[in-house]
Amino acid sequence: MGLGTRRALWAYTFLLVPLLFFLTIRLAPAFSALYISLHEWNIISPSKPFVGLQNFRLLAHDPSFGRAAVNTLRYVLVGIPAQIALGLVLALALQRINRFRGLFRALYFMPFVTPIVAAAWVWQWMYSQNFGPLNGLLAELRLPLQPFLRSPAQSLYAVTAMTVWQFLGFQVVIFLAGLEAIPRVYYEAAAVDGASGWRLFRHMTVPLLNPTLVFSAVYGTIVYLQLFTQVLNMTFGDQGGPLASTLTMVLYVYQLGFQRFKMGEAAAATAVLFAVILVITLLQMRVLSKPVEY
Amino acid sequence: MRDPKTAFVYLALGAGAVVVAFPFYWMLASALKPLTEIYDLRLIPAHPTLANFTEVLTRTRFPRWFGNSLIVAAITTASVAFFDSLVGYVLAKLHFPGRGVIFVMILATLMIPTEMLVIPWYVMSSAYGWINTYWGIMFPGLLSAFGVFLIRQFMSGVPDELLDAGRMDGVTEFGLYWRIALPQIRPALAALCIFTFLGNWNAFLWPTIVIQTANMRTLPVGIALFSGEAGSAWNLIMASSALAVLPVLGVFAVLQRQIIEGITLTGLRS
Repeated sequence: MGLGTRRALWAYTFLLVPLLFFLTIRLAPAFSALYISLHEWNIISPSKPFVGLQNFRLLAHDPSFGRAAVNTLRYVLVGIPAQIALGLVLALALQRINRFRGLFRALYFMPFVTPIVAAAWVWQWMYSQNFGPLNGLLAELRLPLQPFLRSPAQSLYAVTAMTVWQFLGFQVVIFLAGLEAIPRVYYEAAAVDGASGWRLFRHMTVPLLNPTLVFSAVYGTIVYLQLFTQVLNMTFGDQGGPLASTLTMVLYVYQLGFQRFKMGEAAAATAVLFAVILVITLLQMRVLSKPVEY
Repeated sequence: MRDPKTAFVYLALGAGAVVVAFPFYWMLASALKPLTEIYDLRLIPAHPTLANFTEVLTRTRFPRWFGNSLIVAAITTASVAFFDSLVGYVLAKLHFPGRGVIFVMILATLMIPTEMLVIPWYVMSSAYGWINTYWGIMFPGLLSAFGVFLIRQFMSGVPDELLDAGRMDGVTEFGLYWRIALPQIRPALAALCIFTFLGNWNAFLWPTIVIQTANMRTLPVGIALFSGEAGSAWNLIMASSALAVLPVLGVFAVLQRQIIEGITLTGLRS
């Protein structure tokens, strides 16, 4: 047996268990979900008739699915710009200072490592209509009290604020790394040309930060598409919030599959989610594969 | 600091930090208030008490949930660290037919969202009796495709000469990975471990589905259900949240540099 063959045999031996894992716990279940999405099934019944695309048609006509899809889009459209803008401002501010930079960075990062379930309950308590500190502050300022999570008009934004709080520190760290990657000479050249302040930011920093911005937007979008734990826990007694105003795609899947046992429809909804994430990921790869021109 | 602009930047950063830290403060303050004080908005408890903590610890199975989370997160992290680094090493450093195909296959699984897999996992777990077991909670996370991808990148940077020298000295193929390559990528491996542990410590969707009895709950599932049942006993809800949050923040205080720099080092997403 040659040396190359022996090494190849070792490689296959080392890969045996991992490959088995990826095949049986990742790939096969993905196909299985697609298979289930084409069948009608309540998980208990042995009968599992093939129904073609009927589950997808049912979803298209289910107002809750439409609600979840629209809400998810709103989470993305509100949350991503907010967290990118705040993250960028904070990163630029942190770059300007010399002392306490590490301390501030750590403080802003804390929510990102905090257990989400616990944080969600703390925020629910902060939003409390009569006893929460937010309304306490409004009362102090002689402003009208707000219902926050109990209002169909405000609940989605209340959840988004919590999510932005949670991801802000991560966003700041990503931006700080992006800013540090910009070669010094560009700032020196810009200074020679007399560019500064807003012009410098708008025409140099932002374009050079483009890959970081694209990554942040895509990563954030995928996070918001999969929003579940925050929503379930912040509106726990009233899953999905008043009038389903905080309902997300994943919470919808959870209710459909594991509370109403409509496995076929739930699997169909996850297939839709998969398709959306796939398209976004592929778009990102196309955009980011263009080389950055410094 | 003489520059007024810089002073303003410090001021703004300080104000932002107060806003970001306030939920933690409110959690702690509420956890220290007796029930009679909980609906009163004062920032500092008038009669601080630890009774809420003792009540949560004795009345619920909190210690058990904490232990469950510890077991699940520790085993999953050990498994990810071992298998991901082994696969990353093999894909980066050994040459064999099918290497490209295998790598692409593992990479492709990154695009499958967890939500799509939970229904088949549940079906699988019911069929094999994994519902409500530690194995059932853990099996989906025992390897991570992202970890493989990450470690492979770092393993590519390990010089081949180092491995060849090891081969000359008669080191076994496993020894080359374990004793020579692995120590070279320690920072990346540490970052992977930290984020895998955190991810599993926080995991909620799959555990809520697979866990059925109070004894098997992990900390997030236990806290969610306890808080849901506690009604308006916010002093207890906040005490249980604080008990979950404080150990994590304690670890973060010690490892914060590594954790934050781990993100930049690896471009890591949790």
